[in-house]
Amino acid sequence: MSAEDTLLYLDGVSVSFDGFRALNSLSLLIEPGEMRAIIGPNGAGKTTMMDVITGKTRPDTGTILFEGKTDLTAMREAGIANLGIGRKFQRPTVFENHTVWDNLELALKAPRRPLKTLTYAVSRDDRVRIEEILDITRLSPKRERQAGSLSHGEKQWLEIGMLLAQDPKLLLVDEPVAGMTDAETEQTARLLKDIAGKHSVIVVEHDMVFVRELGVKVTVLHEGSVLAEGSLDAVSANQQVIDVYLGR
Amino acid sequence: MLTRFLLLGLDKKAGVLLAVLALLAVAVPVMALGTAPDSAWHLSTHTVALLGKYLCFALLALALDLVWGYVGILSLGHAAFFTLGGYAMGMYLMRQIGPRGVYGNPILPDFMVFLNWKELPWYWHGFDQFWFAAIMVVLVPGALAFAFGWFAFRSRVTGVYLSIITQALTFALMLAFFRNDMGFGGNNGLTDFKEILGFDIQAASTRVGLFVATVVALAIGYVLASSIVASKLGKVLVAVRDAESRVRFLGYETERYKLFAWTLSACMAGVAGALYVPQVGIINPSEFSPASSIEAVIWVAVGGRGTLAGAILGAVLVNFGKSYFTAALPELWLFALGGLFVLVTLFLPKGILGLAAQLRQRLPSRGAVAAKPADQKGV
Repeated sequence: MSAEDTLLYLDGVSVSFDGFRALNSLSLLIEPGEMRAIIGPNGAGKTTMMDVITGKTRPDTGTILFEGKTDLTAMREAGIANLGIGRKFQRPTVFENHTVWDNLELALKAPRRPLKTLTYAVSRDDRVRIEEILDITRLSPKRERQAGSLSHGEKQWLEIGMLLAQDPKLLLVDEPVAGMTDAETEQTARLLKDIAGKHSVIVVEHDMVFVRELGVKVTVLHEGSVLAEGSLDAVSANQQVIDVYLGR
Repeated sequence: MLTRFLLLGLDKKAGVLLAVLALLAVAVPVMALGTAPDSAWHLSTHTVALLGKYLCFALLALALDLVWGYVGILSLGHAAFFTLGGYAMGMYLMRQIGPRGVYGNPILPDFMVFLNWKELPWYWHGFDQFWFAAIMVVLVPGALAFAFGWFAFRSRVTGVYLSIITQALTFALMLAFFRNDMGFGGNNGLTDFKEILGFDIQAASTRVGLFVATVVALAIGYVLASSIVASKLGKVLVAVRDAESRVRFLGYETERYKLFAWTLSACMAGVAGALYVPQVGIINPSEFSPASSIEAVIWVAVGGRGTLAGAILGAVLVNFGKSYFTAALPELWLFALGGLFVLVTLFLPKGILGLAAQLRQRLPSRGAVAAKPADQKGV
């Protein structure tokens, strides 16, 4: 497949921190509309991969193209976000001093320049969209609550809701079910699968049950590069992957 | 659109504050000009100027609260913008003296004649016009803040490091303005003003006029700040304060937002300084001293950071305390100020207004609990 047909194209991306190679010539292709799970032991470079895609970290070498044409390595976080790449962090990061509604309003796709926000008024369409997201994430009864007072699981959902409000073409989701109960995990899997229809999603996750529930193509990272790729059953049977996970 | 924006800021708190300011704008002129000097209700010119000074400080505190309370930028150099605005006004007042100076030079201010200068430095031109000075009052602090913020925010300098640079900024300005060859009167600064807009600057009526102008400026500043923090831009500012990198990943260029609030705040501080100078009658480089900026931080902390009205309240209360203490127990004032800061930090982290809000929350919740036991039985 050529770079033009991909939504996200990483080729030979390397990053070092003080001599430690967090990413080692990583190559990865994501197709439009695809959902991909990324697994790998601690220190495999999963979070660093998200950092280089979203502009938080600059790669030392390598190419990162969005929609086959935009070079992300030269851009800053806000610019990349406005291209249509949204990110959910490992630890839920919401604006704790704002209400649930305001969190969604801030994330909602709208002009991002200061003077535009100064004179912004919630339009009827915006209101409908926020209501919709409140329903999807089941936060409707808590819309006026301060985000800081939500439970851990609710914060995770609010953050997913913020991603929906942003309406990105590609969502990067870092460990969405960490610290969730089984019921919440199941609901989150359903939520992500709903989203995957309209957007491309990359999910980083440790929880194998959750990854199985998603039922998508899996990429295994190890020491900053791709070790194996395929269905979860295929990669689980891969001898190299077993060795890495068992620490041999 | 503008009306809608300004209406955002007009909540209940704004109503109370504007009512108090309106009352001051009526009562002070009546008490100063409409009563006999021996009446118990009479306000002396000195008192009017003192009240005016408090309100100038309140405007400075308001400006500081906008950046500290809502964007999390702890500026330890806000007095720099205040003082620059003051100097711009002082230069206009110096040019108004004309031939009435000690040396009688129609163009050159006294200190320039004393230094044996032959002509006016280029940057003093235009200051004989009030409109020009008025523009400079806003433009000079604004431009400095813009340039400073542009570099600092783009390089992502935050927290303590940013505070230290702001402190260095005001200190550098102080050293520069102390130099005679800077052309701002050196050590002595600018003083001996005679007239403002053709009115005798010492006259009781002029003082009252300046006081009312300060009240108006404070009211406008409050409505502006309050509208901004109530708008979506204000929500972005608070989000930047609490989780800046998260805001970036939402696609907001946080540097621009910080720069907007920072520059606007500096302009407000400049206006405060410009109103301060004719009321106290002097501006000199000691206003740039780091301690002045730190005092402003204390006013905001005492009144309640991130409340706007609290900043105004804090500035007035602390300065009233200062006037009282420095007259009654001058050697104790600095201890009182230091102690106040420690006490507020320890016991009133949200300041006086924060305490008031807490008390208000506690009272109705007691009522709510009393009304609820019926529901709770089932649990």
